[in-house]
Amino acid sequence: MKNIIVCMKQVLDPEIPLSLFHIDTEAKQAIPPKAMPPVLSPFDENALEAALKIKDVQEATVTVISLGKKLNRVVVSSALAAGADQLVLLQDESFGDFNTYLTANAIAAAIKKLGQYDLILCGLQASDTNTGQVGIGIASILGIPCITAASKVELVDDKIKIEKALADGHEVIEAPSPVVVTATYEVGALREPGVEDFMSASKKPITIWNAGELGIETGNTNRFDLVKMYQPAHEGKCEILEGASSEEKAEKLALKLKEIKVI
Amino acid sequence: MSENTGVLVHCEITGGKLAPIATELLGAGSRLATELGQELSAVLIGNDIGGLTQEAIAYGANKVYVIDDPSLQYYAIEPYSMVMEKIVQQVLPSIILLGQTSSGRDLAPWLAFRLNTGATMDCMALEIDPASKRLLMTRPVYGGNAQAVQTCRTNPQIAAVRIKAMSPSVKDDTRQGQVLNVEAGLDSASLKTRVLERKVETTAGIKLEDARVVVAGGRGIGSASGFQQLEEIAGLLHGAVGATRPPCDAKWVSDSQQIGITGKIVSPDLYIAVALSGASQHVSGFFSTKVIVAINKDPEANIFKVAHYGIVADWKAALPAFIAKLKQII
Repeated sequence: MKNIIVCMKQVLDPEIPLSLFHIDTEAKQAIPPKAMPPVLSPFDENALEAALKIKDVQEATVTVISLGKKLNRVVVSSALAAGADQLVLLQDESFGDFNTYLTANAIAAAIKKLGQYDLILCGLQASDTNTGQVGIGIASILGIPCITAASKVELVDDKIKIEKALADGHEVIEAPSPVVVTATYEVGALREPGVEDFMSASKKPITIWNAGELGIETGNTNRFDLVKMYQPAHEGKCEILEGASSEEKAEKLALKLKEIKVI
Repeated sequence: MSENTGVLVHCEITGGKLAPIATELLGAGSRLATELGQELSAVLIGNDIGGLTQEAIAYGANKVYVIDDPSLQYYAIEPYSMVMEKIVQQVLPSIILLGQTSSGRDLAPWLAFRLNTGATMDCMALEIDPASKRLLMTRPVYGGNAQAVQTCRTNPQIAAVRIKAMSPSVKDDTRQGQVLNVEAGLDSASLKTRVLERKVETTAGIKLEDARVVVAGGRGIGSASGFQQLEEIAGLLHGAVGATRPPCDAKWVSDSQQIGITGKIVSPDLYIAVALSGASQHVSGFFSTKVIVAINKDPEANIFKVAHYGIVADWKAALPAFIAKLKQII
């Protein structure tokens, strides 16, 4: 039986319409809109799919770890409905979206506390902070290798085989277990759970740990000072080409591109 | 604060030459080093790369650290992170600049965790704070809906910088600098991961990341066959076709054609956005494009706030006329 751990972050929906997106410039963070619930970060869904693909072909337990100040239980439980076996929630007032160091430490501590792990999967990067550091951080803290941007992950005996897309091709990498692997969209979209999957998900175990139970330092851990956060102002200088019909406008557009010498 | 000083730039090498990102980072590094009154160092890692040291100097490096070893022919996270850490421990810089590339995305966080400091990813702007002399790093957050400016409390301050976000420095072949060769000192037994296979794929046509012209479609295209007209435009303009997330999810185009924070980042000269609303997640993927053109039937679509030129039109009527006109004039 192999033990696979998948780290999944709950984020503000990255497809949020701009009209619903607002920044609290004092607190330097987004104000979550009431109309839109959070979602699981897209690349983290790919990471879970990579784990479930392994579970499709061999005996494996998939444990999902999620961390946050306050997690939306419905959102994180969707990972159980998709096929994960158990959920470990790391919840603490000190946890924030923008402290990579504390996040990686807390997750590494939780993984050590779980004890058994052959493979740790993360998304390439979270869609809110956009940094892609936590997976590498976990590997560094646990003293194991990390392979990033995987398009395919297989467990072969006690080795892990990873396909990684490169700018001009791909490579196949072999790593001993345990290893951290970060997944991209090329793994494939997370499978859609059926009605009965939601029923059985409600019976799966959920463990909740806070920073104290993880035995980690939470005071003054951030490496950064956030100076400001703002919404970029677009120039709003779009020149709209007018015409009697769509066809006429399109012809004018072609001529304009020729005139400004971009074609 | 420790006594770290100077700016260290990781210069990537592609096809036996300094990669464009290397000259961009040397440009940014020169500017920052001059402002701080400190030295600019470059680090070159690879196999048979001795000929490139003068080039790094010509682009502004005062010192060039070279780790030239057959085992470093191709990038791999373990050996490269080991030699990078070795160089950083020797140089003790105040600032390290890397590219937001497949290697920089690995090395920046790895170094940050190993050295107990922080890395800021996908930087679009770098300035020195006049009061504190710390590096102000600007990066997109929340899928590009917002930008954050932050400083790092510890040294070295590590920044991974977006491709084409910085101006390359001007090459001056008369510049003088110091070259320092450093032994890789890699113990192959200590490497845990192994590359079994490396395949270079020659994509038919022009690669999205390299394309000078990108023609992108959104949900409004409605079908795989709709994208054929975009292909035709791309063919005429020697460009490539991209898409927002919905066409990829619907399998009208391949996943690898997705542009945006969760897909590919492109910086073409011309971006033609067809029937796409302009969600920030997507717009962040082509932010630094020179000329953005929008074709959308909704005059309120966000893409018109981003575009330089636009037509409010149904793409089904507009594209055939656009293609016919292009054939006449190019």
